[in-house]
Amino acid sequence: MADLNRIIRRRKRQDFIFKIIGISCMLIGIVTLLALLIDLALDGLPRLTWHFLTSFPSRFASQAGILSSWVGTLLVMLVTAMTAVPLGIAAGVYLEEYARKNRLTGFIEINIANLAGVPSIIYGLMALGLLVYQFQLGQSVLAGGLTLAFLILPIVIVATREALRTIPQSMRDAAYALGSTKWQVVRHHLLPYSIGGTLTGVIIALSRAIGETAPLITIGALTFIAFLPPAPVQGEAPFVTFDWVWSPFSVLPIQMFNWVSRPDREFLANAAGAGFLLIIITLSMNAVAILIRYRVRKRIKW
Amino acid sequence: MKYLAKTALSGALALLLVVASCGPKNGSGVIKIDGSSTVFPLCEAVAEEFQKHKQGKVKVTVGISGTGGGFKKFVRGETDISNASRPILKEEMDQAKANGIEYIELPVCFDALTVAVNPQNDWVSSMTVEELKKIWEPDAQSKITRWNQIRPEWPDEEIVLFGAGADSGTFDYFTEAIVGKAKSSRGDFTASEDDNVLVQGMAGSKYALGYLPYSYYSANSSRLKALAIQWDENSVKEPVMPTLENVLQGTYNPLSRPLFIYINRKAMEKPEVREFVEFFLNNAAKLAQEVKYLPLPPRAYELALERFRKEDIGTAFGGTPEVGLQVEEILTRTPKH
Repeated sequence: MADLNRIIRRRKRQDFIFKIIGISCMLIGIVTLLALLIDLALDGLPRLTWHFLTSFPSRFASQAGILSSWVGTLLVMLVTAMTAVPLGIAAGVYLEEYARKNRLTGFIEINIANLAGVPSIIYGLMALGLLVYQFQLGQSVLAGGLTLAFLILPIVIVATREALRTIPQSMRDAAYALGSTKWQVVRHHLLPYSIGGTLTGVIIALSRAIGETAPLITIGALTFIAFLPPAPVQGEAPFVTFDWVWSPFSVLPIQMFNWVSRPDREFLANAAGAGFLLIIITLSMNAVAILIRYRVRKRIKW
Repeated sequence: MKYLAKTALSGALALLLVVASCGPKNGSGVIKIDGSSTVFPLCEAVAEEFQKHKQGKVKVTVGISGTGGGFKKFVRGETDISNASRPILKEEMDQAKANGIEYIELPVCFDALTVAVNPQNDWVSSMTVEELKKIWEPDAQSKITRWNQIRPEWPDEEIVLFGAGADSGTFDYFTEAIVGKAKSSRGDFTASEDDNVLVQGMAGSKYALGYLPYSYYSANSSRLKALAIQWDENSVKEPVMPTLENVLQGTYNPLSRPLFIYINRKAMEKPEVREFVEFFLNNAAKLAQEVKYLPLPPRAYELALERFRKEDIGTAFGGTPEVGLQVEEILTRTPKH
């Protein structure tokens, strides 16, 4: 009996030790994030004013703003989302639902997984040769957006496939039994059911892309730019233009990088302000992803 | 949700159509500048003021691809103006020639490479170029490691060395001026492309020694102590401090260097580029001081303006870097191309 109690005590102690290890591992992540946020907020919050958001870069730290870089970030993300999302979802659906499982598709699958791990600068180099020079897109919003689209395409494909896999086979069988074609099954059942998981993946991919600096510097994103791309919506016909995709641009991380490396230390506060905004954007994108997942899950009743 | 696929598809189609139909437009009224990040703060200041002056009718963009990266675009004719912290090199000249690019070289301000130590360092106030060479030449690696190896009266403590990263123009110029050969340096020192890292390091270690661009020293002059430099070939036979007066008089040698802009001659057909460069030269002295850079003497800006108006194409250096040159001499030489 005493023996048994000792063994139980030892097991419980082990249990306790593991719990402590687990908690401290988790705390390392949380504390780092919090320290980062608080530090950025202390340095940067005083700078985050309306003036900061609506001014162009300047040689005076107190007058400099991030208008051109946040607009640039927004437009680049728009191009990225508009290309990577349909392409990625279509590729994911094809690989998961249409493609026959053979050696070739196996090979493609492994390569897509590998592509997700390729360093972003490599995509920048490829985009410089292919998009900027070969296709002559120049140092434009379009080239920047497509570069980041390449970067996140594998993540979108993998997320789509994972989401499709969570749909029970019985759902497909039931639809086929009622005479649906493959496309009808995909459109009426698989896409709506998987949209939560897919969108979560898409938004996480986009929040990775939004912080990228290296590939955009490689293709020639600018640092000082004190004008905005032409507005996409105009007062006169044809009302919508796509001239903005050809415009030169800058993005938030590049503006931050430039401010951090300047001699004048006053610019550090600006960089912190821009960094805080960037983290807020990322966190709210993740919040949207969680919200979408929650609402879609509530709606599905099977 | 079921229309999602449809909307997404039409979105992608619309984008493809755009790509197919309009093609890149030549931005009229845009002046494209790229190149050295050292020249960037000055160029940004000029661009900012010029756009205000033109009330937004002319757009200026400035990138920071580095001197080499900037020239790569410049010799392909992609940029109108290239910022450079060193003169154009032979191979870049050849590429420009092959592509039919002619250019005008203009110095726009000075940088004084500053040799600095920790403010607590009370034993050294000046060094000779020979002493610096003894510390920084490749042979010094893991041999010259203590202060008293340079002068016996200095403390028997380890020298903690800080210097520019091997990809920067600062590294090229310092090694050329001190060791005598560009990129030839000892390797066992803390190197960083980010000069703020060097400032941190030197401010944090009593036995530190390092070099960095003047603008980084002057922004941190309370945390660093600059050394006077003595050079036997100099006109002044005593140690010279990196100050505005000394640089303007041309006595802070061999560590003061001019920074350049290169203008594509074809771009000068655009009146706004012409106007921008004249605006640059007329306002550089004032703006350089605002961004804590060292201006050229007034006479040099006049000579530069003259060269620009005469469209004197080519470089005064012929593809090989030189140190310790007076800026007037650069501007009175007949440029080669």
